[in-house]
Amino acid sequence: MTEALIVTALLLVAGSATAAVAVRDPVRQSLVLAVLGVVLAVLFTVLQAPDVALSQLAVGSALTPLLLLLTVRKVRRRGQRAAGGGGGSDGRRGGGSGP
Amino acid sequence: MSPRMRLWLVATGGAGLAALLVAACLDLPRFGGDRHPYGDQAVEASLSRHTANTVASVTFDQRAFDTLGEMSILFAAVLGSVVLLRQTRDEHRARPEPAAVSRPVRRYALLVLPVALLTGLYVVAHGQVSPGGGFQGGVVAATALHLLYLGADYRALERVRPIAPYEAGDALAASAYLVTGLAALLAGSAFLANTLLPYGTFNTLASAGTVPLLNAAIGMEVACAVVVLLAGFLDQAVEIVDEGEHDDGEYHDDPRQRGK
Amino acid sequence: MTALTHVLPYLVAAWVFLAGCYGLATSRNLIHAVGCLSVCQAATYVLLLAVGYRDGATAPVFSDLAPGSRPVVDPVVQALALTDVVVGATVTALLLALVVQVAKRHGTVDPDELSELRG
Repeated sequence: MTEALIVTALLLVAGSATAAVAVRDPVRQSLVLAVLGVVLAVLFTVLQAPDVALSQLAVGSALTPLLLLLTVRKVRRRGQRAAGGGGGSDGRRGGGSGP
Repeated sequence: MSPRMRLWLVATGGAGLAALLVAACLDLPRFGGDRHPYGDQAVEASLSRHTANTVASVTFDQRAFDTLGEMSILFAAVLGSVVLLRQTRDEHRARPEPAAVSRPVRRYALLVLPVALLTGLYVVAHGQVSPGGGFQGGVVAATALHLLYLGADYRALERVRPIAPYEAGDALAASAYLVTGLAALLAGSAFLANTLLPYGTFNTLASAGTVPLLNAAIGMEVACAVVVLLAGFLDQAVEIVDEGEHDDGEYHDDPRQRGK
Repeated sequence: MTALTHVLPYLVAAWVFLAGCYGLATSRNLIHAVGCLSVCQAATYVLLLAVGYRDGATAPVFSDLAPGSRPVVDPVVQALALTDVVVGATVTALLLALVVQVAKRHGTVDPDELSELRG
């Protein structure tokens, strides 16, 4: 039973980590990273590490995605000018998304 | 270097690394094995110092010096971010408009805020007894404060969160950790050794000697650090506008904008 | 099946690490690259906790457990992972602050365009 739980959690971690890398748009990526944070917290709980799970839950599901989103917002506000002023790249140049 | 060439380099390097990692994985002691000499020693030491949460004992007692190093990394990272995100001369502040918040969001955010804040403080305070401690509780308490941004608006958040005291608190907590370490030195034992206070009764709040003190210092440091960091990023994302920026409908002195 | 589960956690850690590295190398956006770096960090936590796990053991917290009554997992690796989770987040913040500065100075966050700028 425990073994099945651990294997499931491990596969979920591998899957969501792959998705977090494959998603190229930083906004979507930060949401996938939040999911990865929650899945990691579940894995750590199953591995009998409640301390680490707690800190992963606080950091991985809230703090890191929030910081990423705020950076995207800042960079995009600048990027609007670059796009209006004749080309140049900005945060929106995400390309294809999805795994 | 051409992108094609670089992809080749990444592929060969990655394949080599993958082969080495798999070889190492196959050679590691099997997952779930029964031999954990360091773990057993750590549990023994923790119990001898009346610390119910062994992880807290490892972090703040047996490896307190290592935590001092981690804390300095945290402090330096926050310092660097504050310097990088400060308002420069060619930037000005635009007052963000108070945004309309839908009633349920406001109600639940303001309802959850005190609960989350209290949870964070509880987690810090019970670090030596139950899972938790300064690192986790600090993050929870600091992010809980930002529910105010969700439930009210940016100006309300700025009012309860003047940055200067939090920056001072960060430095104060870091020095409190150092002073606790030095106090042990003055009392005639090693730096950061847990010999200063009586070990107390097992499984109560007043147990584990200096662990609760160091734990509280780290909790304060982490909470202040997260508040300061988020404040820097929020300022950049919401308030600070430099001349190249296109902001959403606020007043603006940029001639390029006026020309449009 | 059991032979696989004896190494599966280590292999998952290796996979997550390599996936993060691939994302870092091929990223076209510095913000995305910082996200990939935090995926790499997650791999180290998985590896550390996998090394410390013990079959049939419980968490190393004795507030509701008589000492010696049950085996517990290794607390040392947990302490290592625990501090790094929080410290790693502040380092991520530092990197993102650098990205904001890069965007301000050069007007782009695409690493390829940045190296072209340098000439």
